[in-house]
Amino acid sequence: MSNSKILANGVDVYYGSKQALFGISMDIKEKEVTALIGPSGCGKSTFLRCINRMNDLIDICKVSGSIKVDNEEIISEKTDVVSLRSKIGMVFQKPNPFPKSIFDNVAYGPTIHGLVDSKNDLEEIVHSSLKKAGLFDEVKDRLNEPGTSLSGGQQQRLCIARAIAVNPEIILMDEPCSALDPIATAIIEELIDELRLNYTIIIVTHSMQQAARVSQKTCFFHLGELIETGETNKIFTNPDNTKTQDYITGRFG
Amino acid sequence: MFFWSLVLIAVGIFSSFIYGRSRIKLNSKKQGTKSKSLPNYYAQYVLIWCLFPALIVYFSWAIFQEQIIQNIVISKFEFIEGAVYNEGLLLAEIRNVANNPSFADGKSIEIINAASHYSSLRQISQISFYTSIIIIMLLGALYASQKLKPEFHAQHTIERYIQYILIFCSSVAIFTTIGIVFSLIFESLRFFAEVSIFEFLFSTEWYPFIPIREGQTAAEGSFGAVPIFAGTFLVMVVAMCVAAPLGLLTAIYLAEYASKRVRKTVKPLLEILAGIPTIVYGFFAFVSVAPFVKAFGQSFGIDASPTSALAAGMVMGVMIIPFISSLSDDVINSVPQSLREASLGIGANKAETIKKVILPAALPGIVGAFLLAISRAIGETMIVVVAAGTAPNLTGNPFENVTTVTVQIVVALIGDQEFDNPRTLSAFALGLVLFVITLFLNIIALQIVKRYRERYE
Amino acid sequence: MNNSVAKEKIISLRKKRSLEDMRFKYYGFTAMCLSLAVLVFLLYTIFSKGYTAFQKTIVLLEVDYNQEVLKLTPDSSVEEMEKGKFFRVKKQAIENFFPDLSKSDIKLVKKLFSINVDNEIKDYFLDNPEVINTKQQIWVTAHSDVDQLLKGNSRRDVPEDRRKLNDIQLSYVDQLVEEKRVKQVFNNFFFTKADSRHPEIAGVAGSFMGSLFTLFTVFILSFPIAIGASVYLEEFAPKNRITELIEVNISNLAAVPSIVFGLLGLGVLLNVFGLPRSTPLVGGSVLALMTLPTIIIACRASLKAVPPSIKEGALAVGATKTQAVFHHVVPLALPGTLTGTIIGLAQALGETAPLIMIGMIAFIPNIPTGLTEPSAALPVQIYLWVESAERGFQEKSAAAIMVILIFLFMMNAIAVFLRNRFERKW
Ligand SMILES: Nc1ncnc2c1ncn2[C@@H]1O[C@H](COP(=O)(O)OP(=O)(O)OP(=O)(O)O)[C@@H](O)[C@H]1O
Ligand SMILES: [Mg+2]
Repeated sequence: MSNSKILANGVDVYYGSKQALFGISMDIKEKEVTALIGPSGCGKSTFLRCINRMNDLIDICKVSGSIKVDNEEIISEKTDVVSLRSKIGMVFQKPNPFPKSIFDNVAYGPTIHGLVDSKNDLEEIVHSSLKKAGLFDEVKDRLNEPGTSLSGGQQQRLCIARAIAVNPEIILMDEPCSALDPIATAIIEELIDELRLNYTIIIVTHSMQQAARVSQKTCFFHLGELIETGETNKIFTNPDNTKTQDYITGRFG
Repeated sequence: MFFWSLVLIAVGIFSSFIYGRSRIKLNSKKQGTKSKSLPNYYAQYVLIWCLFPALIVYFSWAIFQEQIIQNIVISKFEFIEGAVYNEGLLLAEIRNVANNPSFADGKSIEIINAASHYSSLRQISQISFYTSIIIIMLLGALYASQKLKPEFHAQHTIERYIQYILIFCSSVAIFTTIGIVFSLIFESLRFFAEVSIFEFLFSTEWYPFIPIREGQTAAEGSFGAVPIFAGTFLVMVVAMCVAAPLGLLTAIYLAEYASKRVRKTVKPLLEILAGIPTIVYGFFAFVSVAPFVKAFGQSFGIDASPTSALAAGMVMGVMIIPFISSLSDDVINSVPQSLREASLGIGANKAETIKKVILPAALPGIVGAFLLAISRAIGETMIVVVAAGTAPNLTGNPFENVTTVTVQIVVALIGDQEFDNPRTLSAFALGLVLFVITLFLNIIALQIVKRYRERYE
Repeated sequence: MNNSVAKEKIISLRKKRSLEDMRFKYYGFTAMCLSLAVLVFLLYTIFSKGYTAFQKTIVLLEVDYNQEVLKLTPDSSVEEMEKGKFFRVKKQAIENFFPDLSKSDIKLVKKLFSINVDNEIKDYFLDNPEVINTKQQIWVTAHSDVDQLLKGNSRRDVPEDRRKLNDIQLSYVDQLVEEKRVKQVFNNFFFTKADSRHPEIAGVAGSFMGSLFTLFTVFILSFPIAIGASVYLEEFAPKNRITELIEVNISNLAAVPSIVFGLLGLGVLLNVFGLPRSTPLVGGSVLALMTLPTIIIACRASLKAVPPSIKEGALAVGATKTQAVFHHVVPLALPGTLTGTIIGLAQALGETAPLIMIGMIAFIPNIPTGLTEPSAALPVQIYLWVESAERGFQEKSAAAIMVILIFLFMMNAIAVFLRNRFERKW
């Protein structure tokens, strides 16, 4: 209980009149990788986007219930969304680098948050973020080329570097490998393993193997409900719920 | 003068920016806390408080200075008993003498006095302009600098200001509409105070030449606009007779028959036709078409005038062709492919499919396009000004000279404008009619097109 | 038996139907060709009427820069030279233009020269002050009537009283042609001078500058306002009645006839705000309001085209909505907006009626140098010249049309270039 980073309690989400999440409660520990799995349309992305309030962008989306990050309520009018988002980085399903240089992509966050005082500091942050994302060696000679000129896997790592650059505590990843080939996927998975030492990570994935490989905890969603949550090992070897059993053995979904 | 004031303002905003930036850094260092927003936002805050008041001063001076000075000069002017003055000419003369002392030779003493009065007022105005700009910028910066504390969230404030600016930009459209309606109605009311609205709408005598001599009343001119409306209608009908078939057939050909390559070359060419300024069409009507129409009429024994409804209408029709063809093209293309296939599938050929299936399906959209085109034709000015004539003429004969609403607006406002004279004011009444009719046509057309779109979406 | 009749019927009907189909296609094709033919004919008319305006007729005149006549000395200062009596030199030169001219003939000969000849004689002298007390052969501008005659624009076979030049003048002109004392050269005046009452020295420089200043005003006003309005409506505006009202307003403004905008300028900008008449400032403001809907539509389309993932990316690293929009979305929408703006400016360039309303139709014989100076504009200049009775102005109007069309063409080319260069496919 002491090191719980995110604590969700009875989260309901509606898109207009359609309910997408039903009373989700979840406890996510610090410096762990939590995988969200479940069939398509079950509300994994929706839940993820609640955590950094990305759902605010969708007019018809209404969120109720409680999510506490570091014991602070974030589903409330008073939440400072901007500082919340700088504490919680997000990596999207499709890599979305800004159509600017690689350097500017990573530098954007630190610049608007005033994390640096000088050009040197900024360079320092950009380089170290790129290194952490395992991209530095590949792009160090062409930091001024547009981020969009990179390959898909590189772009995704650039987006990870962009997220790390503002020094978040939590990183949300929504199917970060779905657009990537196996080699790029392997690189990103390795990266997630390293990042775990410093960050709390929540990852949505459709690949059972991936969830098994990278995560410590796994949560299984079905039709907007959280069916089962627990140690990854346990979920994949001996789940309590038959639906979970069915899903991971590929009987539906 | 205004160049240097711009330099002054530029210096002001530059230094206010620097000042705001360094001041907030100093303050947060003193308090030992990090400021809530980046220093640049505090700097922008000071800048805004410096710039906006200065701009307000600048523009009010730019707009009102000359007016006020002239009013003062005129009010102090020693008019000689019995002499007749034209205020505009008088002012021009005074200004000339003031700007260029060598013109003073041979001018009357009153004018020379007024000129020196004018110059001194200008000097006073300039000095007070510069001082007030400097003072207002300093005041703005002073006010803003009180807020430069680390706990003040400058970014929030700036973003709120940006919202205000954006809202202002969006409301320009509303202000414009209000301005149009206000000016049209206001001046029209003045017109209808002197001319009865029934006479205007139903009488057939348009003779707006009111003698300016004293003791003669407005009643001596007559303002029956029926011939003008009739002329407008006639020209519009001619234009539509040209544009509707040509535009529609072109659209059908392009949408249904033409190869991709033809479409790709013809569409830009039609766009050229659409992009040609209307005065060019006017020239064309005047130089080529009108003489041709006249000769053509004479060869049939019809006495055509050198400017005619037919010439203006035909050229206006050409102008509208691309408008109709591109709108109809869109409409035809939005008829679902399945309808086409259904008709072709039972063995109908293309012409039958178009005539029996596509056109009926697209009819509402096409009607909408025609209504928009009619509204265009009615509001078009330069072609008719050059090629239709200026004399009102109640006739259905397109070889004759007719006049239109837009032409009469131009005619009434060219030359001396006197806003106490119904002749000038009649332009606004005609403008009001034009505005209402085109607006009405557009609303109906857009409604029809919208409903049509909904049906196939 | 019956069957075969029916078949025949169907076959003949099918033939008829396919003929009908051909005919219909042919109608469409004809309509299209007709429209394009008009375009060609229009351009041809303009070119054939206008190309002569790029040439002017000049006449060789022998001028005697006698110091007595000029009331100057070889060491006069420049200011004194400016005030030299050049009209007397010119008078003398014309009197000696042909040998043994009678008094009445001198008058006729004088009408063969442009009013500008005084200035040309003077300018020549100011450039070469050493010619004092020498005789110089200089080429000076001929009168428009001579010019038009030699260009074949006015006919000599009409009765004398319906001609600008009478028989004696015609014979003098013929003599000049024979002696090769007249020729046609490039008409630099057309590009360097403003409007004039005299066709031979009227040019488009004044109205061109006026149009430039007007367009500048249009751009300065409409571009930022359109961007502000579009950004607000596309990104920030709450979905409510007021937003809807604004949207309806914008689409209706797009359809208001331009002349009504002119009335707005006259009734509000001139009469209520008291802005200076006939100036590019007012003309530009009116046209800016007119162009606004065009630019807003273009800007909103390009804002819509920016994928939301870009904005999400910025928000996810903690940018505020304002930052995300202004740092990432707006810059990406700028090229498209600029393209729309140029197209809007091209429309504004051709607008005539609103400018007439606010007085830009006044006769302005000098080249404007600022936004608040009375000036003409190209389309209004064309109108004035089309309406002018003087023959010499007709070719001028056609030539001015060529200038405006080239201007328009270049603007559109820039717009296309921008579109191809910066358009992004997401
Ligand atoms: N913007 C939206 N508007 C309306 N409904 C939405 C929206 N986004 C998602 N939904 C609905 O919410 C439900 C959950 O969607 P969500 O995107 O969270 O699913 P998911 O588990 O991420 O699926 P996937 O694995 O395919 O990404 C779905 O039924 C979807 O139709
Ligand atoms: Mg998803």
